Amino acid sequence: MAHTTRVLRSEWTKVRSVRSTLWTLLIAAVVTVGLSALICAFTASDFDSMAESEKAVFDATYVSFAGMSLGQLAMIAFGVLVVSNEYSTGMIRSSLSAVPQRGTFMFCKIFVATALVLVVGMATSFTTFFVGQQLLGDHGTTIGEPNVLRAVIGGGLYMTLIALFTMGVAFVLRSPMLAFGTLMPFFFIISGILGGVSATKKFAHYLPDQAGTMIMTVETGGGGEFGVGDRPYGPWGGLFIMALWVVASLVAGYLVLKKRDA
Amino acid sequence: MIEAYGLTKHYGAKTAVYNLSFQVRPGAVTGFLGPNGSGKSTTMRMILGLDTPSSGQVTIGGHTFRQLPNAPRQVGALLDAKAVHGGRNARNHLLSLAQLSGIPARRVDEVLGVVGLQDVGRKRSKGFSLGMGQRLGIAAALLGDPQVLLFDEPVNGLDPEGILWVRNLMKGLAAEGRTVFVSSHLMSEMAQTADHLIVIGRGQLMADTSVTEFITRNSVGFARVRTPEGDPAQREKLSAALTEAGGQVRTEDDGALRVSGVPLPRISDLAHGADVRLWELSPHQASLEEAYMRMTQGAEDYRSTVDQRSGLQEPVMAPPGYGAPGYGAPGHAPPGHGAWGYAPPGPYAAPPQAGWGPPPPAGPPAAPPVAPPAAAPVPPPADPHTEDAR
Repeated sequence: MAHTTRVLRSEWTKVRSVRSTLWTLLIAAVVTVGLSALICAFTASDFDSMAESEKAVFDATYVSFAGMSLGQLAMIAFGVLVVSNEYSTGMIRSSLSAVPQRGTFMFCKIFVATALVLVVGMATSFTTFFVGQQLLGDHGTTIGEPNVLRAVIGGGLYMTLIALFTMGVAFVLRSPMLAFGTLMPFFFIISGILGGVSATKKFAHYLPDQAGTMIMTVETGGGGEFGVGDRPYGPWGGLFIMALWVVASLVAGYLVLKKRDA
Repeated sequence: MIEAYGLTKHYGAKTAVYNLSFQVRPGAVTGFLGPNGSGKSTTMRMILGLDTPSSGQVTIGGHTFRQLPNAPRQVGALLDAKAVHGGRNARNHLLSLAQLSGIPARRVDEVLGVVGLQDVGRKRSKGFSLGMGQRLGIAAALLGDPQVLLFDEPVNGLDPEGILWVRNLMKGLAAEGRTVFVSSHLMSEMAQTADHLIVIGRGQLMADTSVTEFITRNSVGFARVRTPEGDPAQREKLSAALTEAGGQVRTEDDGALRVSGVPLPRISDLAHGADVRLWELSPHQASLEEAYMRMTQGAEDYRSTVDQRSGLQEPVMAPPGYGAPGYGAPGHAPPGHGAWGYAPPGPYAAPPQAGWGPPPPAGPPAAPPVAPPAAAPVPPPADPHTEDAR
């Protein structure tokens, strides 16, 4: 156990001593809050011209998380960099010759990064919610309404799970370019296209980001950005599906790290 | 003590290391020599548990690396000087490694001082030169004050002062009773640093011997004998006479004979008896580098060919007077007789430095000036550097 503490301390030194950590996390927070605020402000000014059917299912909470679809890309960048930097720099050889127990090494690296992402993700989620509701004014909601607190905490969890999923993938792919080239189009384009086409929509609902987004919705039966109303699962069900993806990617990452030469 | 038994590693169809068995003992610097791509680094990586051997095993103090309790306190390694996150400063890099094995932070400042990087400890390692990178890598290896040290090409990129420092450092570490295993592709460097040598080529063991033994066995003397050029019959005659007298004769690329096993005066007598004139009879000592290269010949994966530049060459007109004074009498001999007194004249004259004639160009005895082959067809100007590159 003493050994694990030491590896944790070392990973903390690693993560805090490079600038990319600070920048990616800062960008994730700023982009999420900034873009959400912008969208909330527009929504507030256009609210009266919205159709009655839209107003009926308007989800004030979910709107204040609209910026997360872009902000999560910076979270992905953080997850990729924190893992694949070890490989691209060759540091992995020093790390693994110091920690021959590769499972311990992976656990500690992910634990430290996840703790950091959780803190930043929660802070971002709460900030974007309160800023968004402020801008929505009369159309907004409060944290005390049913399910709202769950959605806000869920926003932080969502960001954390996205970063975790990314780290697992990065342990499999190793190269930062490969990881970016796979994950960015996946989350930014492919997931959106599949979710937008009615034929593939049913399957796209089970993609990690689309399933995970459910946790941030309050009004069920409505049609948010991704049309969350017609999902066959609820908010926690969605988060659970996302968690399954995360577990799968981490197991794959562990197996690759364990079996393959470093 | 590092022990390898039947160590083998395949990468797909390629065999990087095959059936390698050796021991690295404490209290001595053991040099690990081999040409590029001979499997040195792969072996080191297997010792450190980074690569899993396809078969066989390697242990440190009786344990495989992955089973070693608190490995960083027992084994220190420099594998790759550039294996550092460029955005992290030197001190934090070492600190993250130190924390892994419960080494206190003040030890980081100690080793930074030992390798002479105390002033740049807070600088990001992105701006480090190769030599500074090597020093940082050595610092990382020394962190845990380990009994077993591995260094992969530690003097790469170091200046002469740095090389001397590394040499003394290794000797010092070995004198303290530690096991020091250093890889290199430079025999001359190892001859000055190591006590024991393990030589591999194409992933297989070629020698496992002490340095003194290697020197006495391999630094045999030989004589270089040159007969008049343009007359191979004389050379053959002398060669036969020398072989008959019990000598070993090899013809070198430039037509000279390399004779061992027959003393110099006897060679002269034999030549006289066979009625062969000699242009050169000189004593030579085979260098360790040569002995090493002979040993690993045919075990090299990457050998260069002569750069013909045929696709680039244009018949360039030599400037007037080029290659004239001091290189024979231009304009008299038929082209192609590049022997002395017969410097090839005309526009295609070989550049003077490639000629073989009076005044004889001064050079180290082991590397004679490159003579153009006798009766060669008019060649494009030969570049001596490409010849040397072999």
